[in-house]
Amino acid sequence: MKKILKYVIVDIVQNKIVLIYTFLLLLIALSVFNLESNSAKGLLSLLNIILILVPLISIIFSTIYIYNSSEFIELLVSQPVKRKSIWLSLFGGLASSLSLAFFIGAGIPILLYHADATGITMILTGLFLTVVFVSIAMLAAGITRDKAKGIGLSILLWLYFSLIFDALVLFFLFQFQDYPLERAMVFFSFLNPIDLGRIQILLQMDISALMGYTGAIFREFFGNYIGVSLSFLGLLIWIVVPLMWSLKKFSKKDL
Amino acid sequence: MITAKNITKTFGRVKALNDISVSFTKGECIALLGPNGCGKTTLIKSILGMVVPDKGNIEFDGRPISEQWQYRSNIGYMPQIGRYPENMTIANVIDMMKDIRKDTTVHLDEELIVSFGLQELMDKKMHTLSGGTRQKVSACLAFLFSPDVLILDEPTAGLDPVSSEQLKKKIVLEKEKGKLILITSHVLSELDELITEVFYMQDGRLLFHKKLLELIQDTGEERLVKAIAKIMTA
Amino acid sequence: MKRILYTFLIGCFATVSVDAKVIKVGKSRNVKSVQKAIDLSQNGDTIIVDPGIYKEKNIIIQKSVTLKGINYPVLDGENKHAIISIKASNATVEGFKLQHTGRSEIRDLGAIMIYDSYKITALNNILEDSNFGIYVQNSKRCTIKDNSITAYGKDEVQSGNGIHCWRSDSLVIIGNKIKGHRDGLYFEFVKNSLIWRNVSTRNVRYGIHFMFSNRNTYVSNVFEHNEAGVAVMYSKNIHMYNNHFLNNWGDAAYGILLKDITDSDISGNHFTKNTVGLHMEGCSRIKLYKNIFSSNGWAVKIQASCDNNDFTRNNFIGNTFDIGTNGSLVLNKFTGNYWDKYEGYDLSKDNTGDVSYHPVSMYSMIIDSNPAALMLFRSLIVSLLDKTEKILPGVTPENLKDNKPVMRQIPL
Repeated sequence: MKKILKYVIVDIVQNKIVLIYTFLLLLIALSVFNLESNSAKGLLSLLNIILILVPLISIIFSTIYIYNSSEFIELLVSQPVKRKSIWLSLFGGLASSLSLAFFIGAGIPILLYHADATGITMILTGLFLTVVFVSIAMLAAGITRDKAKGIGLSILLWLYFSLIFDALVLFFLFQFQDYPLERAMVFFSFLNPIDLGRIQILLQMDISALMGYTGAIFREFFGNYIGVSLSFLGLLIWIVVPLMWSLKKFSKKDL
Repeated sequence: MITAKNITKTFGRVKALNDISVSFTKGECIALLGPNGCGKTTLIKSILGMVVPDKGNIEFDGRPISEQWQYRSNIGYMPQIGRYPENMTIANVIDMMKDIRKDTTVHLDEELIVSFGLQELMDKKMHTLSGGTRQKVSACLAFLFSPDVLILDEPTAGLDPVSSEQLKKKIVLEKEKGKLILITSHVLSELDELITEVFYMQDGRLLFHKKLLELIQDTGEERLVKAIAKIMTA
Repeated sequence: MKRILYTFLIGCFATVSVDAKVIKVGKSRNVKSVQKAIDLSQNGDTIIVDPGIYKEKNIIIQKSVTLKGINYPVLDGENKHAIISIKASNATVEGFKLQHTGRSEIRDLGAIMIYDSYKITALNNILEDSNFGIYVQNSKRCTIKDNSITAYGKDEVQSGNGIHCWRSDSLVIIGNKIKGHRDGLYFEFVKNSLIWRNVSTRNVRYGIHFMFSNRNTYVSNVFEHNEAGVAVMYSKNIHMYNNHFLNNWGDAAYGILLKDITDSDISGNHFTKNTVGLHMEGCSRIKLYKNIFSSNGWAVKIQASCDNNDFTRNNFIGNTFDIGTNGSLVLNKFTGNYWDKYEGYDLSKDNTGDVSYHPVSMYSMIIDSNPAALMLFRSLIVSLLDKTEKILPGVTPENLKDNKPVMRQIPL
């Protein structure tokens, strides 16, 4: 396991796309912090990057990488190696190298310019979202044999989580405007990892507004450590479940 | 050493393996023969655990292989088309395999690397290699860890005559050490001096599995090519 | 025998002397009770009380005396009584620790009760666990200064107000620290008064609450962590300068709620981290300038019932929403403020943006009608909606805008 992981990481780190991604993040983060009049506003601009770009790059790059590793996978599967190790190594390699890219590209600038609770929450959220979307990519690549279909599925999943899901929730909110919806909203947020991450950041940035909103339930839930730990647990589940599912698929896959 | 019982595998509508039962024993060199698409490669991949059969089970040294992986340290596999990570060099690939299998083997057999003259090509990236050179790499990797079982899928396809001859010599050498060798090949003429048994498949079914001597006696033909042709036309 | 003689002598001295005299009270002194000392005193006298605990039920002052504690002698109300009641002129209570007043549903009980008085001073006292802290009624020109007033109220019913003033005039309330009461400061029908440098925190209801109190000035007070923030209603000619309204969180909590306030000045105040920094309802002719609104949920919520209010040269920084409103009618002016969300440009380089700024975001209006939608804030779909609205306004009031937004934060 450790050895395979090493080969995967070495391979990904040499990959130009990860390097470009790192520099792109770094460029955006630095320019955002330098151009905006204050670092809090810079952080706000970075929020959109984290919520949109990070999942997109993570899922697409990972999907393509897994398809491109088919030779590597094939070679290893005939060797005395557990299939599980191969798959988890791929996941581990992708997750750790993309996380590292995010940390260098966005994490370090945030720490330099705005190292408070909001900044740290943002880094954590970005890291979690990176890993979640690697995991979802593993699943997308695990259930489709065809590369084009797999990449298409990844893009669709990204679009769903970053736009369509929220649009549906908004639609739902207006349809059932007359009902108390706080509980439902808490529930909905767990169905989308991007929402979970976003709410963590909202809790830091917009706490004053959030606390005003009638939702005693909301305040009780997200306003304390249990709620915060629960939502990070939710993110963890979003990592584990797709990964385990894809692992199950992979262990029965014919090569 | 390897036994398969009633294994069946379908890909979509095609039955690649249809109720195959077989037993391969140590010291034999078996030719897996049959027309294209008869299921030879699927059988091999099932033994290697690369393909998971729908039904039936396969045992290696009396132990079922499903969900197992350690038994593969006793197998050297040379695929029909060797696919390798494109941006690794030959040296990288060989080192990686050594690294991964280090715990399971003591003796490294680098004879083929020498006889193929691969040392000079070690720094070449995989994607720059010709089909023949890839085959050489595949062959080297199959023999590298002196495994008890060698599974060679079309080993000489794409090899130049000299290398082909070197590989055959190596196979004979290993056979004499009492190893189990499975070979598929289209070039039947090559197999005469190697094999001891013939395993013939058609449309996913086993047609016959005989000792070479038996086959020669039955058909009255000295050469494998002719013996097979005779059976097929009969 | 000796004691009678002593008392007699003092009595003689008091009658013969026109100068003020000093009476000392203490366990080891002849006069052992504060009330007794007061009874013995005459206008202009000073009573000095030694450290110790004095349980004297309700001490009544009806003379112009100065009551002074040394090292905060404790006056204990034993959870039954008001502690000091004053009905006099020119009296002072200084340096006591007053604790455990009674609680009554029939009448208000407080640590220092001032009725129908003139020029009373409550100075540098510590009030602990009182129902009402300092209670002023029908009085004029009283000074309440540097008192520390703490209660442990759990709900609005059980606790009284920290400093409670009713129907009074020309009060000066300076440097008091009030904590845990129902309303920290409460004024009803109080006029011409100055409220300066008080700190009112963690009260069960409002940090300050006043109604029908015209012509008062509030300077440099701090109102923080009050359950419902600050509420002021039905008053005219209010001047509020350099106050801090902080950390008032909740669905009905405001940095400050202005209801029916007219002809007033609000300037130099800091509204920080409140759910709603400033809420205005039925307000007219208020000048709001040089205030700083930062990190609030809504910096300002201004109802359509407000008119002729002027927002000039305020800083709006890091608020979730800058302005919220409930209608499309806009009768208020916003000019020359700094809005950190402004994305316009300044080609003429005169530090004034060339396009006007619309401080009401579409999503804030959505949230107004559907609060649960706040959970989707800052998502891609919401950003897209807001951007669309900026380009093609349809929901937000078009006239609510700042035509001269300032490009850089105004140094205040």
